[in-house]
Amino acid sequence: MNQILQHDPATTTIGILGAGKVGTGVARQALKAGYRVLIAASGDPKDISLIISVMAPGAVAASAADVMSEADLVVLSVPLHKFRTLDPAGLAGKHVLDTMNYWRDTNGDMPELDEAPSSSEMVHAHIPEARLAKSLNHIGYHELELDARPAGAPDRRALAVTSDDAETLALALGFVERLGFDAVDGGRLSNGAAFEPGTPIFTGSYDQAGLQSELLAHAASAAGEELALSPVH
Amino acid sequence: MELGVYSFGDVHRNPVTGAEVSGQQRMADLLERARLADDVGLDYFGIGEHHRADFAVSSIVPVLAAAAAQTRNIKVGSAVTVLSTEDPVRVYQQFATLDLLSGGRAELTAGRGSFIESYPLFGADLNDYEALYEEKIQLLLALNDAGRREEPITWRGKFRPALDDATIYPRPVDNNLDIWIATGGTPASSVRAARLGTNVIYALLGGAVSNFARHAQLFRAEAEQAGHDANALKVGVSAVGLVAKSGAQETFYPYWRHLMDGLSRERGFSQPNRISYDMQTAPKGAIYAGTPEQVAEKILLTREHMGHDRHILQMDLASVPQKDVLKSIELLGTEVKPLIDAELRNQEKAAA
Ligand SMILES: NC(=O)c1ccc[n+]([C@@H]2O[C@H](COP(=O)([O-])OP(=O)(O)OC[C@H]3O[C@@H](n4cnc5c(N)ncnc54)[C@H](OP(=O)(O)O)[C@@H]3O)[C@@H](O)[C@H]2O)c1
Repeated sequence: MNQILQHDPATTTIGILGAGKVGTGVARQALKAGYRVLIAASGDPKDISLIISVMAPGAVAASAADVMSEADLVVLSVPLHKFRTLDPAGLAGKHVLDTMNYWRDTNGDMPELDEAPSSSEMVHAHIPEARLAKSLNHIGYHELELDARPAGAPDRRALAVTSDDAETLALALGFVERLGFDAVDGGRLSNGAAFEPGTPIFTGSYDQAGLQSELLAHAASAAGEELALSPVH
Repeated sequence: MELGVYSFGDVHRNPVTGAEVSGQQRMADLLERARLADDVGLDYFGIGEHHRADFAVSSIVPVLAAAAAQTRNIKVGSAVTVLSTEDPVRVYQQFATLDLLSGGRAELTAGRGSFIESYPLFGADLNDYEALYEEKIQLLLALNDAGRREEPITWRGKFRPALDDATIYPRPVDNNLDIWIATGGTPASSVRAARLGTNVIYALLGGAVSNFARHAQLFRAEAEQAGHDANALKVGVSAVGLVAKSGAQETFYPYWRHLMDGLSRERGFSQPNRISYDMQTAPKGAIYAGTPEQVAEKILLTREHMGHDRHILQMDLASVPQKDVLKSIELLGTEVKPLIDAELRNQEKAAA
């Protein structure tokens, strides 16, 4: 079998930071796939225990510190403008999956984004020792459940995954597969710009072949831009 | 079960015919719909605010006041009041006045709003998005509470001057305003409404009719835990849809498409297309467009998931023509409502 599917959900713990629409949606799908799931919001786990017992029964409400220390893969699903409240020490050395997007209406102005190729680079600068991947950001939270299909289903939706760390990339690809999607290797973390808000990938819905060709199209146009910008010799 | 309609007073250029409609005409249209909705026995007429060119309504209360003056039984309410950029004291006064005008038919639904135009307009800081809403909803409920007890209020907060032993006039009918909180699905919002002991209404703007089943369950469980009578608190659903004897889905499509195209460009929602539309107009999808029988069945199916008490439809997205909206309101009252009432009576009998 494919290397990306090698980890065993039964012995893998997913830790989710953020118990909102996305966090609880990812938790439900991860539980269905057989993972152990811990989830935290910003406060006391007691505050969200009822939320979790109704929205994602089977997941364990925990403190953010426990989520980070126990998880094999930490999923970031907090509002992007809260990224500085993430604890760099707790995430150091961890496999981390960034699902966050910039949406001005809820995040406000974030001038620091201008300097980053994708929002994940900005996040990475805050948690430099995390082994960061980006995915699950270009699917609506309710579609995580509605669009999930078993492997091989003809109408299975594809989702892109990027990371600069080969092991993290493999783990994240396998995770996305098990949630019910064709996971497509999008290459380096900076390629995440191809599926941020406003891009065709973000606003569309693709199968594997369709997503791969969109990613290639983005890479080609990015390369073109670089060429155009590079000095003439 | 309560049924109703709500509108933002869309004045989009008609995406099918290119026709334009003036704000003045749209106001007359809204009032005509309110009168018809009242005549056919619907329970609720709602108006929401926007601060952009596509919508005629930024001030809700005058529209509701006019509607109240021309109707007898229907409840008139905001859908929603963007509380974050309002002064809760003024909001309370306006709705108390509306309540007196309408003989106790006024309702206030508070929300955060999903557009931000009102922030720069009124000098609110987006970085205070959550804090603003939290403080203002608390104050609004405290004002209602003080009103109910016929006591003055003393209050301190961050975003408006303190109130020292202040009594707010006028008081609404029976000293009580009916207040709902609107939410788009963040679980914490259901929890907030439950803890505060207000009714809650879910904006089900697509997806499946079951989308918010868990949220409604969470709302009731949390209300129970907070010591409120969960059965006394109401759950509502707002959604888009159009009722017609035939062709409702065809008629509605270009308008829905126009609106969703805009949203997807601005906010990065999935781009709409005929396939996603057909999935959502199918029996389990959350667009309520169809014959009276189809819409009644869909509302009943939603009720199986949510156990909700009120279902309201936005029919005039992107300027669906007035004649189609009127027909749809009429059918909602004369056909959908009786079908739902009959089925619920049957269910009650079967359960007894
Ligand atoms: N909505 C979508 O369809 C969608 C799709 C893809 C990606 N996204 C992205 O996913 C992220 C989450 O969106 P959402 O819609 O789920 O937001 P949401 O419903 O507002 O939930 C955000 C959650 O994050 C928690 N949180 C904040 N700071 C935290 C911290 N330092 N540690 C742990 N938890 C913290 C909040 O808890 P408290 O209540 O305690 O603050 C809350 O539970 C956003 O970045 C968004 O761009 C959204």
